[in-house]
Amino acid sequence: MKNVGRREPNVIPGFGITLGFTTFFLSAIVLLPLSALVLKAAGLDWTRFVEVIASPRALASYRLSFGASLVAASVNMVFGFALAWTLVRYEFPGRKLVDAIIDMPFALPTAVSGIALATIFSVNGWIGQYLEPRGIFVAYTPLGITVALTLIGMPFVVRTVQPALQEVQRDLEDAAETLGAGRFYVFRRIIVPTVLPALLTGFTLAFARAVGEYGSVIFIAGNKYMQTEITPLLIIFRLEEYDYAGAAALGFVMLAISFVMLLAINLLQVWGRKRMMVSR
Amino acid sequence: MGGPSSHADVAAELATRPGHTNLRSTLVRWLLITVSLTFLGALLAAPLAAVFAMALEQGWAAYFSSFSDEATRASIRLTLTTAAIVVPLNTVFGITAAWCIAKFEFRGKSILITLIDLPLAVSPVVSGLIYVLLFGLNGWFGAWLQDHDISVVYALPGIVLATMFVTFPYVARELIPLMQQLGNDEEEAAITLGAGGWFTFFRVTLPRIRWGLIYGVILCNARAMGEFGAVSVVSGNVRNITMTMPLQIEALYNEYNMVGAFAVASVLSLLAVATLIIKTLVEGRAGYRRR
Repeated sequence: MKNVGRREPNVIPGFGITLGFTTFFLSAIVLLPLSALVLKAAGLDWTRFVEVIASPRALASYRLSFGASLVAASVNMVFGFALAWTLVRYEFPGRKLVDAIIDMPFALPTAVSGIALATIFSVNGWIGQYLEPRGIFVAYTPLGITVALTLIGMPFVVRTVQPALQEVQRDLEDAAETLGAGRFYVFRRIIVPTVLPALLTGFTLAFARAVGEYGSVIFIAGNKYMQTEITPLLIIFRLEEYDYAGAAALGFVMLAISFVMLLAINLLQVWGRKRMMVSR
Repeated sequence: MGGPSSHADVAAELATRPGHTNLRSTLVRWLLITVSLTFLGALLAAPLAAVFAMALEQGWAAYFSSFSDEATRASIRLTLTTAAIVVPLNTVFGITAAWCIAKFEFRGKSILITLIDLPLAVSPVVSGLIYVLLFGLNGWFGAWLQDHDISVVYALPGIVLATMFVTFPYVARELIPLMQQLGNDEEEAAITLGAGGWFTFFRVTLPRIRWGLIYGVILCNARAMGEFGAVSVVSGNVRNITMTMPLQIEALYNEYNMVGAFAVASVLSLLAVATLIIKTLVEGRAGYRRR
């Protein structure tokens, strides 16, 4: 067995075969289909491409998708931090249950959360009936889309901030307080700097997931022309009209956004690790 | 206890001591707990409760009779078939990928890890679209497939491929950090003492990673059974043939058959709850990486 690229001799077998299988499977299922999309979009006539991706309807959908995702991720940053703080710092009855239920959006199918949210936020729904008299309409508005995107993004923030909060050195906080620092000062100078990379990573993860989300949004969105149409929905419409080129162009835009998000997440994680090492 | 002034003195004195609770910190604490739990309740618990409440709105008889609908039954069969193909394949992939990434050092490893995670960053609709572009009528292989009378898109193979793409990283993601953390020492010892590769894997590695593996497989299964966007693009929504459970939920919901839609949704919700329960049980075991 040749130990390709291995610095010291490794007695463990199976490098060639596992790497080969992994690369083959990855190429067949992920890379080949994704490159089909890129090539299809690249093969489009440039004016046609711009016409599709910069149409007023597409622009309205980007504004909606980005705006709602940004608001949802920001809401999650605040409440996700509060949740992570509560789970790490406080003991209260049912803490284990709460900790377990955080992962619900990972396991619950998006279509299920979609119809459930649309039902409880409709004007007769459990929550919607109290909001409607106050003039707040959630279902079939951008607000409803934001609610759905908040739901699916929430665990990303909590699960990245939680371990970072556990890393905060409690003795450092105690020392600062002994030296006369107020709670807010300790929070601003010790806690925030430690969890900031994690908080931003969580924000970006939640945002990236929200921009592409489809299932939990379309039921509560109402899909009104130019008002509550998200970008993934426009791709579906193109496909229903057998406009594969148009679908590929919009798909390419979404894929490009995904890559930018991935890059941002990787950079944030590198930054976080560096900070962690400096502070040690 | 003295008068109000000495009370305030004691409170002020306590507040200066680190680690001590005073009125303000207790207040902050209960405020934070209340806010967090309200947020969680409105966003997570209420939708989940609504699924069961709506499913049982007209009683148990109506609930159970919605499963005698032929289209619903067909959707359950298709979902089970899809998961039965996708989950084992992604499990084998996950173990293989984790073995080569965790046990060996090679150039391009971090790129490989990023590529494995790639499907998580891609919109579900795009995940379906790429298979339509490959295997659809105007796609790369479309004409060839039509000549040979093979249907991929709007048929089972398309649904399987799209589901496989979406759930591709789950097992690998769970195993890679776990196996990296466990190290190579025990495997090296077994091999040095003359054990074969397969023997080492089944008798040394597998027992140590089994809880992480179980959770990865179960999460992969839950995602596979619940995938909506990608499958919606490749399925073509043909009743009784290419409707999975999430698509059936959509169809029933759009027909205002609320009991039917939420009945199917309740099954998938129970699956999600079971997944979380297993996760909680598995977390306590050795060989599980605490996030």
